[in-house]
Amino acid sequence: MSTVPGQKEPTSTNDEGLFSSIKVRLASGDLGLIPVIIALIVIWIVFQILNPHFLDPRNLSNLVQQIVDIGTLAIGVTFVLLLGEIDLSIAAVSGVSAGILVILATSWTGPFGAIIAIIIAILSGIAIGVFQGLWVTLIGVPAFIVTLAGSLGYQGILLALLGDTGTVPVINPTLLAISSTYLPGWLGWLLAAITVAVFAWATLGQRQRRTQKGLKATPINQLMLRIIGVAIITSIVVLTLNLYKGIPLSALILILLVFIFGFVTQSTLFGRHVYALGGNAEAARRAGIKVKWVKVSVFILAAGLAAVGGILGASRLGAASPATGTGDLLLLSIAAAIIGGTSLFGGRGSVYNALAGALVLGSVENGMDLLSAPSSTKYLIEGAILLIAVTIDTLTRRRRIKAGR
Amino acid sequence: MSEANRPREILRVENLKKRFGAVQALKGVNLHVSSGEVLALVGDNGAGKSTTIKMVSGVDQPDEGTISIEGRAVKLNGPSIAEALGIQTVYQDLALCDNLDIVSNLFLGKELKRPLIPGVLSVVDKEEMEKRAVPVLDSLGIHLPPLTTPVASLSGGQRQTVAVARAVLWGSKLVLLDEPTAALGVAQTRSVLNLIRTLAKKDIAVLVISHNLTDVFQVADRITVLRHGETVAHYKNSEVTNEDVVAAITGASRKVEM
Ligand SMILES: Nc1ncnc2c1ncn2[C@@H]1O[C@H](COP(=O)(O)OP(=O)(O)OP(=O)(O)O)[C@@H](O)[C@H]1O
Ligand SMILES: [Mg+2]
Repeated sequence: MSTVPGQKEPTSTNDEGLFSSIKVRLASGDLGLIPVIIALIVIWIVFQILNPHFLDPRNLSNLVQQIVDIGTLAIGVTFVLLLGEIDLSIAAVSGVSAGILVILATSWTGPFGAIIAIIIAILSGIAIGVFQGLWVTLIGVPAFIVTLAGSLGYQGILLALLGDTGTVPVINPTLLAISSTYLPGWLGWLLAAITVAVFAWATLGQRQRRTQKGLKATPINQLMLRIIGVAIITSIVVLTLNLYKGIPLSALILILLVFIFGFVTQSTLFGRHVYALGGNAEAARRAGIKVKWVKVSVFILAAGLAAVGGILGASRLGAASPATGTGDLLLLSIAAAIIGGTSLFGGRGSVYNALAGALVLGSVENGMDLLSAPSSTKYLIEGAILLIAVTIDTLTRRRRIKAGR
Repeated sequence: MSEANRPREILRVENLKKRFGAVQALKGVNLHVSSGEVLALVGDNGAGKSTTIKMVSGVDQPDEGTISIEGRAVKLNGPSIAEALGIQTVYQDLALCDNLDIVSNLFLGKELKRPLIPGVLSVVDKEEMEKRAVPVLDSLGIHLPPLTTPVASLSGGQRQTVAVARAVLWGSKLVLLDEPTAALGVAQTRSVLNLIRTLAKKDIAVLVISHNLTDVFQVADRITVLRHGETVAHYKNSEVTNEDVVAAITGASRKVEM
């Protein structure tokens, strides 16, 4: 096979770099991380002005720990939204998982017991996901209803589990350690180095494969800029967290999950099919993609991640109660994904956006707490942010449709 | 002439019937296409052309009738079964994923992979897909923007071309096209028609639906007319006039018995 470099007469000129790639993104209504990062910077500046302790390492360390459960749930939400579906049960699922965890861990107090309890709690989430996924895909009841009904049911299960005991504290030290452990400074730097190395290996590797195959590749300087950017951001994060106690273990877990599922969405067949399904389910079906299987898997994934979020939450709060997973957790998790820029209408968004969205919401919540703002104000502001995010999403979509896309 | 180039019958459809609720969409459709041949399927809106194509591409299943591929009756219970038999379709509604780029659409459902951790984990190999697509597209004279462009930012004609290119890339025996030139300008229409002839030259059987009789007469070897869900006429391109076909489509002519 000959290696003809590039295609003949490209009708759109997206060869040279940033500007045109932004233009393409604007045209396809996919702004990626840009708006949410701007929002984050604005929010941080505002809170720092209102309270000079906001950007203290200690507070930022708290902040990242506070968003761990929302962030974990939001990864699952992202998958569901990419399909153009919704899952309203994740918070209740995280509650059930937390309930099962604490009950098992009251009798199993060793580290081995903790691990078994974690596995069972996650499996219970997965089982719920299987049930919901099959109900939605095989019977065809809208996911909205199945998961809403499920949500009620799981709250019932949690009540029944915890029963008259009410709040059950976590006494297993291993479980508590998940959210009270910080990585030593050197380990933080090592992880930062590995992150940058892997990123560089992936981007440069891709470039090398493209040039080898005679395809047009991104200019090397641009890639180097990106790598340097990642290195700087990673260093700032590690430096800041090390100024307090180091990288919190729970935050590391969240970041690992984001990387793993970011990889799943971008590089695996399953991930690409999730996007295809969200973009045009009928096209995916006609192309021979196992649509039902993908859908069920996504619901399983969302529920499984919800269970993990529940475990992280129980560890941080040191207890599970009948109220676990009932408050604003559901809406905040969905909001985190949408604020990050994942579309409600399917096919657009990414797991990284969910992390950014969780950071935005976490910053607002944390900042308001610092200012001792009442819950009423907090809810109002969080609601407004969600509404704005969804509105932007809807408007860009409408513009896309108008442009015949 | 070599053995391979002698026309073989690729597709034969006999007495196909399909009902959607109260609508009897197909009341008895008969047609056949051989390798290296272009058959045009014409008929008024709602005549059942798209429905016929959907049966052959496995998207929908007929209530009655048989579909034979290379002389063997087949049950096409899904698009993947039809694809495995070498049948590719360009649907009237295009069926592209707007949110994905051109390569991903060309290889949708047939993605190439490369091992990341051999034996354990493999990832989608976009570079290889792009590399393989380029020469095939070039050889067919298909011009597209860089293949990493999202389909959402293409013009109607370019999207049409992507859909056609996809079918061309994968259709080894039979390519079905449902109004492939409907949204196209003069130049693009000509290039799609040329593409159809190129396919036929490569010994592929082509079934094309079109409302534009000028296009039909330009590209087709034979013409089959559908009216109210029934085949009412079969013509050879060289032996028929525009008026005859129009008469058959509108029902102004007597029914041609077969
Ligand atoms: N999924 C469906 N459900 C109900 N009725 C349908 C369905 N698909 C097609 N029909 C009906 O079957 C008939 C034939 O439709 P079909 O789409 O095959 O027509 P067509 O010949 O392709 O027309 P056009 O030229 O407008 O594309 C129409 O009356 C249509 O309303
Ligand atoms: Mg039609």
